[in-house]
Parts: sequence; structure tokens; C-alpha cells
Amino acid sequence: MNAALDVQGLTTRFATRGDAVTAVNDVSFTVQKGRILGLVGESGSGKSVTGFSIMGLIDAPGEVAAGKVMVDGQDLRALSDEDMRKMRGNRVAMVFQDPMMTLNPVLRVGDQMAMAVRVHRKMSKAAALKEAQRALETVGIPSPEERLRAYPHQLSGGMRQRVAIAMALLHRPSVIIADEATTALDVSIQGQILAEVRDLADQTGAAIVWITHDLGVVSSLADDICVMYAGRIVERGTAQQVIDHPRHPYTQGLLDSIPALHEPGKHLPQIPGSTPQLSRLPQGCPFRPRCPRATEICATVPPADTKDGQTVLCHHPLE
Amino acid sequence: MFGYLVGRLSQAVVVVFVMSVIVFVGVYAIGNPIDVMIDPGATAEIRENLIRKYGLDQPLWRQYFTFVGNVFQGDLGNSMVYNIPVTSLVFSRLPATIELVMVSVTIAAVIGIPAGLYAGYRPNSLGAKLIMALSVLGFSVPTFWIGMLLIMAFAVELGWLPSGGRGEVAEFLWFKTSLATTNGWSHVIMPAINLSLFKMGLLIRLTRAGMVEAMGAEYVRFARAQGLADRQIVFSHILRNISIPVITVFGLELGSTLAFAVVTETVFNWPGVGKLIIDSILQLDRPVMVSYLVMVVILFVAINLIVDLIYARLDPRVRLKGGS
Ligand SMILES: Nc1ncnc2c1ncn2[C@@H]1O[C@H](COP(=O)(O)OP(=O)(O)OP(=O)(O)O)[C@@H](O)[C@H]1O
Ligand code: SF4
Ligand SMILES: [Mg+2]
Repeated sequence: MNAALDVQGLTTRFATRGDAVTAVNDVSFTVQKGRILGLVGESGSGKSVTGFSIMGLIDAPGEVAAGKVMVDGQDLRALSDEDMRKMRGNRVAMVFQDPMMTLNPVLRVGDQMAMAVRVHRKMSKAAALKEAQRALETVGIPSPEERLRAYPHQLSGGMRQRVAIAMALLHRPSVIIADEATTALDVSIQGQILAEVRDLADQTGAAIVWITHDLGVVSSLADDICVMYAGRIVERGTAQQVIDHPRHPYTQGLLDSIPALHEPGKHLPQIPGSTPQLSRLPQGCPFRPRCPRATEICATVPPADTKDGQTVLCHHPLE
Repeated sequence: MFGYLVGRLSQAVVVVFVMSVIVFVGVYAIGNPIDVMIDPGATAEIRENLIRKYGLDQPLWRQYFTFVGNVFQGDLGNSMVYNIPVTSLVFSRLPATIELVMVSVTIAAVIGIPAGLYAGYRPNSLGAKLIMALSVLGFSVPTFWIGMLLIMAFAVELGWLPSGGRGEVAEFLWFKTSLATTNGWSHVIMPAINLSLFKMGLLIRLTRAGMVEAMGAEYVRFARAQGLADRQIVFSHILRNISIPVITVFGLELGSTLAFAVVTETVFNWPGVGKLIIDSILQLDRPVMVSYLVMVVILFVAINLIVDLIYARLDPRVRLKGGS
């Protein structure tokens, strides 16, 4: 059987003033039906661009330069613009980072949802509103009928993000990409939504890509984890493997800086330095200037090293 | 809502009051209307009589309060030049200006808004660059100059259109308008285009800026992620968002054009209120000036009010409050 989402060698470039930067560099991963993949990395590592590339939402000066995006065995990149549009929101859906900005402030929630329903299914507006109401119920929004008549600014951030998630669910897509879907929300609401997402994956069989910079969030949510650095996936494995036995020094650094996994009061180690600019990456391993294990050989491109299905790009992986 | 209306109206009263004082004092400072009105050879007696007749022998503050008292009785005074009530003078000129302005703002909107939408939707296309270049022209080349070019081209050289004046009028609904006759249209079209160019440039730039901003907005990307086609995104999502600033500026432009279509009316010899106010300034016809400017203030307040109401209707985040 085909995986719900199979991404192979995805590469996305932005042409900025002459020189092109590669924001997503040879990214590959697979998500089976009903599974959740956590895509983790610091700000600027290329997580959102990966999501938008899968959705076919990269605008000039950006371009998906190479790779395959297979959804249920169908290559999205081979589709015409119009056919790709019909896939969006229908077979692949995406939830964005900032719930305050993703809904149109001047249109009622119900009108926006009804539009999203009717773009893929011919039906009356009244019927579409009924669909929308059902979707709001699914994500645990109380008195959904009332919410449909509300404008976005009348809802709290958590409520708005649930609306966005409900919209992603409207057509029971095979793949849902959630880009920092809970980052802007407070912790208790985050927990609720995460639990609901887990249920959804189980019930609807959707494959979910959960994008976050917070390894702590995905450690309990995801089945598999990909760690991204400077546009590349530097470590990939099951959630348990990656959390319990990270093999890439960068993953180790991320784990060390999660407060919840530490004794309170102890100094939290941070990865020294900051995310490199894509336009001036160091030669070889891009993590080299910040890496405690770096040696001379790290100035050459690190090879993929696989052990028990856990893959890292590193010359000196942890054992 | 009620508080809002009261706030707006009291604001209007204050503005009208301040305005009338400024105009009164200003006109007093410019010169003595009698000097302009009267034949220099007239006897001192005739002169004295006229001065007394118009109350110009009184101190300024008393003249002002007499004027205000009359206004409250619905009397804005008589024109010193035409010697007829100011109200009937203005209202006899108003239809000409209104029809000219309506035609010109319609042209500006019908061409300017779609052009701006396109230029914002495809900002790097050749068409967009052309549109923007033209909008700069419409904006920066003086109105009178374009007006004269139009006359040279279409009236003098080609002889297709009359060079000025208002054409035949016919009854339409309850007033007489030249828009009801072909001849009337042939007269109105050129000044209307002339008057529309600045507004068109403004609308193009405004719509384009709104469109460019909206195209980069998160909600548009989200609408795309739902599979909406660009066409639907523009018409169902974006248009409503950009109409908010566009309507605001459009309203203000409408008001200022109604009040001050002076240049075009002069170039095309169009018998509207703009020409009336210029003439009254040249002749120091104080009652006309003061009443006219007071009417203009009222017009602006009314337009602002309507714009606010539309605004609140379009943008659910706006609540109308008292005052400001
Ligand atoms: N429109 C664009 N034009 C040029 N470069 C871009 C553009 N969008 C993204 N990039 C480049 O891609 C890189 C990755 O951006 P991306 O938004 O995917 O990061 P991210 O991992 O989602 O970070 P964050 O956690 O801050 O959301 C950026 O650092 C930037 O250099
Ligand atoms: S390749 Fe070298 S520099 Fe890069 S992560 Fe591994 S050890 Fe560190
Ligand atoms: Mg991002």
C-alpha cells in the first residue's frame, strides 16, 4: 500500500538578488496513514517552506527545484496548476502558524468555512454551513452555530486555531500539515489541541506532519521525528529513538535545552551560536561552527549513517 | 450609535462656526466689496447708501451676528453682485457641478479600480508598469494643462467635441440635467475626463497598494491552501478588505471635487459652483463666499458621516463611538 505522504528529494530555492538560497535541501520522509510525523528545527531551518512546498504554495522568487511529493501514490508536482488547486484543502490541507492572521478579519467564520466547503463539493450554502458546523463540533468548539456567525476577532486565539484546524478537516484530507499550530497558544490549550489531533489521526486515518521548533511538544505527540537544520533533515527516526537516543549532535543540543526534561533550578545548556544564514553556510556540515564534536573532516559533506532505521547526516554520530 | 451621531453633529457645528468666522474676518481683511461693486464715478451719497444697505458701516462683530441671526431664519443673504438670494444662486449652479462630478468619479472608479487591482495582482507585468506610469501622469500633470490639451486636440484640431460650456438640458426625475441629452453628453465628457484623471491616478495607486499588501497576507495564503482559485480569492476575500481605504479616500475626493472643481470648470467654461466661487472671490461677494464655504463644510461632514457608516458596515472590527 502507498504511504499517505511520501516526500523524496524535495528541494526549494529562493532567488534573492542574484544568488539563490536553498531553503529546503534534498528533504525526504514518509508518513503512513494515521501516523504523525514531527518536523523539528530552530527558526529559519526551513520547516514552513517544506510545508508550503508540499502544498504547492511557493511563489516567485521561490521555486521547488527538485523532488517528488507523493500523496496516496499520486505525484503532486506532476499535476497541472488547476489539478493541484483541486488537491489543496481536499487531499492535502495545512494549518498555519498564527491563528490571528489566518482568517479574513472582515468575513464571518461561517462564510469563510462555507467557501472552503463549496470549492470542492457542489452544494447549497445552507448545506455547506451544516458541514462547517459539524467540523467545528469535531474539534470541540462549543455552540458552533453561534461561532459560524461570529467574526474572527470575536473569537479567542485558541478558538481561531480550532476553526483553522476544523477547516483543514472539512474534506477529510489524506495529509494534514500543521505549521506551529499551537505555538501561539497558551500551554493548557496547547495540550488539549494536541490530544485532539492525536485522536483525529487515529479516527480519520489522516497522515499528519506536525511542524514545531519545540522538540518537547512532538516527543509525546509524534510517531516519527525529523530534525531539520539549515534546510536539511539531519536526523530521522521513530520518536522514541530520537528522544531517547539522539545520534546527531544538533538533536542532542536541542534536547538538552528543553526545560521539562531537566531538573528544575539547574542551568539549561543552550546550543552556542545561532542558525546560520542560508546565503553563507560553512563548507561541509552546516552545523560545524556550533558543534562540540566537530573535527577537520566535518568540512566535507557528512554522509548518511543509518542504524536500526535511524538516519543521521554526521561524520561522528553519537552512539 | 446615537452617541456617535451626536458627537459628529456637534463637531460639525463647531467646524461650521469656526469656518464662518475665519471667512468673515478673512474677507474683511482682503478688501471692501463696495470698491469692487460700485462704479468709481458714483456719488458719495450713493456710496453711503449702499454701505448702509449691506450693513458695512457696522463693526465687524455686529455684521457677523446679523449674518448668523439671518442664517438661523434660513436667510443666507443676497449676493452683492447678482442681487438675488445666495441659496437660489448656489442651487441654480449646483446641478451642473453635480453632473460633472458624478460622471468624472464614475469614470475614475470604473477605470481606476480594475486597473489598480490588476497592477497589484501582477505587479511585475508590463501592463502593471504601464498602468503605474500613467497613474503618475494623471497625478502630477496639472489639470488645466491637460484640459487645454484636450480642447486643442478634440475641439480645435479634430472638431469632435465642443470646447466648453454646458449643453442642452432636459428634465430627468426632478431636475434638469444635460446627461439626459446627447448634446449634453458631448459637452460633459471632456471636462469630466479632465476632472477624473487625478482621482483615477489616486484610485489606481490606492487599489494597487491594497492589492499588493493583501496578496502577501496570511489569510490569502490560507485561502489558497483551501484550494480557492485566485479569482474567488480576489473577489470574495480581498476586495472587501481593500474597499475600506478606497471608499474613505473616494468619499473625501468626491467632496473636494464637488466643492472645488474650479480649475476644470474655468478651463471648460462650465457654469458650476466652482466657477461661482471663483467669481465671488474676485468680486469680494462676501455673502456668496461665506454661505458657499459653510455649505461645503456641511457637505464634508455629511460625506464623512456616510463614509464612517459604510466603513463600520465593511469592517466588523470598527465600532462607532461618540466624538472623534
Ligand atoms: N519568500 C522568501 N524569500 C526568500 N527567502 C525565503 C522566503 N521564505 C523563506 N525563505 C528562506 O527560507 C528559510 C527558511 O524559512 P522557513 O520559514 O521555512 O523557516 P522555519 O523553519 O519555518 O522558521 P520559523 O520557526 O521561524 O517559522 C529562511 O531563513 C529564509 O532564508
Ligand atoms: S558532521 Fe561534524 S560538525 Fe557536523 S554534526 Fe557531525 S560532528 Fe558535528
Ligand atoms: Mg515557520
